[in-house]
Amino acid sequence: MLDKIGIAKRIAKEIKDGYYVNLGIGIPTLVANYIPKGMNVVLQSENGLLGMGPFPFEGEEDSDLINAGKQTITTVPGSAFFDSAMSFGMIRARKVDLTILGAMEVSDNGDIANWKIPGKMVKGMGGAMDLVASAKNIIVAMQHVNKAGESKLLTKCSLPLTGVGCVKKIVTELAVIDVTPHGFRLLERAPGISVQEIENATEGRLIIEGDIPEMIID
Amino acid sequence: MNKTVKNADEAIGDIKNNMTIMLGGFGLCGIPENCINALVKKGVTGLTCISNNAGVDDFGIGLMLQTRQVKKMISSYVGENAEFERQLLSGELEVELIPQGTLATRCLASGYGMPAIFTPAGVGTEIAIGKESRKFLVDGVEKEFLMEMAFDADFAIVKAWKGDTQGNLIYRETARNFNPMMAMAGKITIAEVEELVPAGELDPDHIHTPGIYVHRIFQGVNYEKRIEQLTVRKK
Repeated sequence: MLDKIGIAKRIAKEIKDGYYVNLGIGIPTLVANYIPKGMNVVLQSENGLLGMGPFPFEGEEDSDLINAGKQTITTVPGSAFFDSAMSFGMIRARKVDLTILGAMEVSDNGDIANWKIPGKMVKGMGGAMDLVASAKNIIVAMQHVNKAGESKLLTKCSLPLTGVGCVKKIVTELAVIDVTPHGFRLLERAPGISVQEIENATEGRLIIEGDIPEMIID
Repeated sequence: MNKTVKNADEAIGDIKNNMTIMLGGFGLCGIPENCINALVKKGVTGLTCISNNAGVDDFGIGLMLQTRQVKKMISSYVGENAEFERQLLSGELEVELIPQGTLATRCLASGYGMPAIFTPAGVGTEIAIGKESRKFLVDGVEKEFLMEMAFDADFAIVKAWKGDTQGNLIYRETARNFNPMMAMAGKITIAEVEELVPAGELDPDHIHTPGIYVHRIFQGVNYEKRIEQLTVRKK
């Protein structure tokens, strides 16, 4: 079973040289730490920055320079600032190659729910609805089951949707899964996890064809 | 054309109860601190506030929530605010949550003189309920878009890094965020800046918001520029 860092490391393998990538809050943010050295990747922060760098050194933080999670950050050489309309303009116009975000639920036709739990606090969708409606490629980083042990990979989402038919790939602590027109397709198992365990944790349609390899993380 | 006013109190002096105001900023970054403090002091109530976020309990728009001056918030994300949560759950506060890109682009539409925009954000979700939609071909594939209306705000209040007496504005780093398109979208736009200079001192090539959109400008004081999530690494 993978921990959060394992999920981030596995997702980092999906990033290709020359990509512009938007990372959501939580596990997706960690992905930045595992982009292979020498690869030229530009991180987009939807509050208005291309070329997001690591956290600043202690004492060098700048209150005018934050990411979409409101964390203090730095820029890398070649970065650019812009306003929020242009930021979502480049997202809507599909200039961003890959979007990585978290989810509460994903259905086997690629619907995603990640912004609201009715009856509990609603914090808002932020930029998630814009991102999922337009992104060319969306990878979801999430836990396979919730705290009650119920699958979060479903036939149909029970929570209010963020977007429809948009998720392309899911990486969980148990598996790497593609979303196809015929449902979830199991691609890889986490180290030490059996196909049966993944089947048991997946409520939506799960296609299993041939031998399912164990993922290679490092 | 001199747009200079003395301070925040003068700039917001004619904002009245039940008006709709836009406030720039993302989180606590690039928010008009001086004008928010002046609005709290003035005590106007029943305000509809269009702002990406609602501040935190003791800073930013959170200050106006504490004093019950806000009737309705139109935002994309309102986490990190306990008083907000309390007022929302008790029904004291109306909240309209809209996608962040939709929020930005509805401001832009106002400033560009366009009544509406079409966006795919929210198609198939509860925010599409009751909205007109239309299908367009995108890369040869039919895709559905929602029609979203330009905002109509009595006042826009923005914060810039530098400005001149003509109202030309330059923002700094990610403190730019929603400020430029909100500046374009107010019937009356108020800009507070960290440094106000005479017209002619800013390079016209570097202006982000041309002064035509700005009606009042002043140099703010005592900027706190609070950091919401301090994240650092060790040297």
